[in-house]
Amino acid sequence: MNPVPFSVRRVIRESTDSFTLILEGYLRSKPGQFVMLWLPGVDEKPFAVAYQNDGEVAITIEKKGNATRAMSELKKGDKVGIRGPFGHGFTPRDNSIIVAGGLGIASVLDLAMTVRNSILIQGARTGDLLLYRETKELLERIECMKNKILYCTDDGSVGEKAFTTSVLCNLIKEKKPDIVYACGPEIMMLKTFEICEQNKIDCEISIERFMKCGIGLCGSCVINDQLVCKDGPVFNNEKVRKLTELGKFARLPTGKKVELKEYYAYHS
Amino acid sequence: MMDNRLTTEICGIRMDNPTVLASGFLGTSVDLLKRVVHNGAGAVTPKSIGFVPKSGHPNPTIVPFNENTIVNAVGLPTPGYKDMMPELARYGEIPVPVIASIYGSSPDEYATIANFLNDYDVDIIELNISCPHRGDGILFGADPDKTREVVRAVKAVTKKPVMPKLTPNCDCIVDIALACKESGADALCAVNTYGPEPIRVPGFDNPVPGFGKGGLSGPALLNTTLGIIRDIYSATGLPILGMGGVTYGADAIEMIKNGAVAVGIGSAIYYRDMDVFKKVCNEMIDIMDKQGIKSIKDIQGGYLK
Repeated sequence: MNPVPFSVRRVIRESTDSFTLILEGYLRSKPGQFVMLWLPGVDEKPFAVAYQNDGEVAITIEKKGNATRAMSELKKGDKVGIRGPFGHGFTPRDNSIIVAGGLGIASVLDLAMTVRNSILIQGARTGDLLLYRETKELLERIECMKNKILYCTDDGSVGEKAFTTSVLCNLIKEKKPDIVYACGPEIMMLKTFEICEQNKIDCEISIERFMKCGIGLCGSCVINDQLVCKDGPVFNNEKVRKLTELGKFARLPTGKKVELKEYYAYHS
Repeated sequence: MMDNRLTTEICGIRMDNPTVLASGFLGTSVDLLKRVVHNGAGAVTPKSIGFVPKSGHPNPTIVPFNENTIVNAVGLPTPGYKDMMPELARYGEIPVPVIASIYGSSPDEYATIANFLNDYDVDIIELNISCPHRGDGILFGADPDKTREVVRAVKAVTKKPVMPKLTPNCDCIVDIALACKESGADALCAVNTYGPEPIRVPGFDNPVPGFGKGGLSGPALLNTTLGIIRDIYSATGLPILGMGGVTYGADAIEMIKNGAVAVGIGSAIYYRDMDVFKKVCNEMIDIMDKQGIKSIKDIQGGYLK
């Protein structure tokens, strides 16, 4: 599949380090799938489709390295390439709890607008990093599905002063969800998975690894024997049980397996 | 799967079936290689091992740009041979022969890596002298003298079978194949990708892949490759691991009739998924049933007899 040209309609600043590209067009994407976004002459990186409006595709990006910084300088009318959507997304089920940490919200936003009678726990270090919190039309799309949003922050500046996983822990027995979804820091997702295992509740998490081809050939994004691009990025608890590298190891662009701490240091 | 009719051998290394995971695909971790074996591969080639760490080229690295051709410039990412130890130490867990593909920027670098591999569970050393999109522009495999230097340097330090991987992008591939044989190569792997070519995609000024040009692979290359296999087999008589466009069982049979003893599979994973190895084997058995072929050994090089 060749990259397809998409024009930038506008760029929304989300926080000091993140922004949303609004592209003109439509993608047949399911919640939790990703696209490869190509900035010709620079690089191509995987991103979740945060949401779509009529004829608009929104992709939220964190400024991390050269490619994402160059993407942050895109202006109205600039052209980017899109390949995808790729990968296995979430299995949308009502009566769920969705756990989103930091930028992980971008991967579960579409899901939160799809499922019903669910609770979205959105957490971040500070209130400024609770993305989309002031974007009314998005909140309406979540709430019109009879879904509730609970905010929490590490510093208590907005919502409860707590980690998403402790909010989940308190909520899970009372709400008895049919499934829990999570995207965010890997340690948070591992903890979410463990809570679900203890409570015998289905769980799906969206995993990130350094990705090259995006189509299941190069093996760069491997975790144990699974390819994040093709087998994932969303994995259910049955599969997560076998991912002994989760929360511990990841591979650098060279292919070297390192501890997560070193992997994140490389990427920031 | 365990059908004796598919048993083959390369440099005395026995394989249950002739399908081999080609280098560059999926070979990043032992766990993933074991999964490829579970999907039917008769042997596997982990990703090429280099001398120093390399991250590879920017994305897009692999683009299936039309129905039967893929362009790639991944750029040989490697942790470097020294940092491969944790992975290499587990190669023994892989239940089929392991072909270690290595590359360097000098004959010495190839030899150093090959020597290092003496301590590990590697069955065959594949010399990647043919990657068409290296940043440093070194392509030993296009020059018979440079090819000899690399093969000799490696043969001097290892007792394992040595199999240079040839490029189709040279003046005369038969000359390169003969140079390999003269300098002691035990087998040949043919061929690497074609090109490199910049591929123009509608709507963009920049070509793909991100490197600006890349090697071509996929079903479109099969027929050209079959001719090359026939030529180098008749010139050298060496065992050949044939690759380039093998997608179906019928392709594998053709490759073998043209002189190969085993067939590499890579791009076909894109077209037919990871269990393409099983599919190709089953299709080969079907064809052999219909044509009354008792063993693939009976048809190997059949077109040249």
